[in-house]
Amino acid sequence: MKFASEFRDPKAAKALLVEIARVADEIGATREKPVHIMEVCGGHTHSIFRYGLDKLVHEGIEFIHGPGCPVCVLPRSRVDECIEIAERPGVIFTTFGDAMRVPGSKRSLLQSKADGADIRMVYSPLDALELARRNPEREVVFFGLGFETTTPSTALAIQQAAREGLTNFSIFCNHITVPEPIKALLDDPHMCLDGFIGPGHVSMVIGIHPYDFIARDYGKPLVVAGFEPTDLLQSVLMVLSQIAQGRAEVENQYARVVPEHGNRVSLAAIADVYERRPSFEWRGLGEIDASGLRIRPTYAAFDAEEKFGIGYATGQREVEEAEGCACGAVMTGRVKPVQCPQFGKGCTPEMPLGALMVSSEGACAAYWQYGGARAAAE
Amino acid sequence: MCLGIPGQIVAITDEGRLLAMAEVSGVRREVNVACVAEGALEALVGQWALIHVGFAMSLIDEDEAAKTLEALRDLGEAQETLEQMAAGAAALEERA
Repeated sequence: MKFASEFRDPKAAKALLVEIARVADEIGATREKPVHIMEVCGGHTHSIFRYGLDKLVHEGIEFIHGPGCPVCVLPRSRVDECIEIAERPGVIFTTFGDAMRVPGSKRSLLQSKADGADIRMVYSPLDALELARRNPEREVVFFGLGFETTTPSTALAIQQAAREGLTNFSIFCNHITVPEPIKALLDDPHMCLDGFIGPGHVSMVIGIHPYDFIARDYGKPLVVAGFEPTDLLQSVLMVLSQIAQGRAEVENQYARVVPEHGNRVSLAAIADVYERRPSFEWRGLGEIDASGLRIRPTYAAFDAEEKFGIGYATGQREVEEAEGCACGAVMTGRVKPVQCPQFGKGCTPEMPLGALMVSSEGACAAYWQYGGARAAAE
Repeated sequence: MCLGIPGQIVAITDEGRLLAMAEVSGVRREVNVACVAEGALEALVGQWALIHVGFAMSLIDEDEAAKTLEALRDLGEAQETLEQMAAGAAALEERA
């Protein structure tokens, strides 16, 4: 094991692993009857695989990889709609690089770009704003994608565009929220989760109270965590300790970055620009109540869905996954990535079929990158 | 894609639009500081922040910044972010 060289503080990590094993034994967790802990955030999934935490912890602990990778839960229909917008005359379509290779029902944005659409990878919605200023004769659309960490950036960009009176800038809003899919998972009768590791940087924006219902109404512990390996181990221990003591609370392991009530300016910008959609579609999970945001009518001039009459604005929605793709079952923890018939065959990071293989935060790509050999041995 | 990257704010560039120059792992990039601008903007110069898609989201201390950056390098996320910053700069110059 490359333990010592991989961890900045191997001594602390070892002590945590010993303590985790002690509490896991105390509550009777075994390989056959494990404690199921879901790490909601794709960044945590990546970190768990990178450091092999799932193999280092007591065998009675099983990580279930949650839906916290916005690229992975983006339905094919939304990618199709991006392409439809991007191919309109005069449009410059801007997007985070992560979204370029997500398969739509026929093509990805990358393929559409190769076919001639003006699609540009940007780092920030600020880049899209600047493009709109520099190209007043073009319509600049930004693909607004991501959880609450990212939502303030597009909200602030829209507010800025409104202040400047830009008329050629709009956002195709696909922002989603973390608490609602957790509720959907907890309401699923097939789901057997015992506790949660909550996202760090999302919580830096929203604080820790939006998760209160998980402890209060469902009796499950949730610990907001940083994404260094010792943060994650410490959080696993905090979840286990709650279970051992019969508690269910929301705790904050990452208080050095996550304020209890979140970021005031971010939350105000989100509330000013966005409102909840009645429901939003998640790849593999279907429509989830109140889980997506849309632009308020006050800012309709910056809403690409309204401007182009596309997506939820048309009222017509169709959903289906690629044939043989098990992304949905993987995302709900029913199937491991390697059990998908397409894993490593019809679906690889170079030629992804399902979205979980696209981003380094997707469970399948993480398995592929860090667990190829070990997965084959399982 | 939901992880912020630590950067040090080195100058205020546009007070009206709340923009500042930040240095992220040796690369300079203009960022929006609305979310961390509680007092005078000038007070931000020299401070470290977690920067996400061009927005400073939270002030952190130097030690936390160093640890976080190291963790992001381990995960390959730091390199990815720097590539995206370069792509963003290139997109502005691109001609259709």
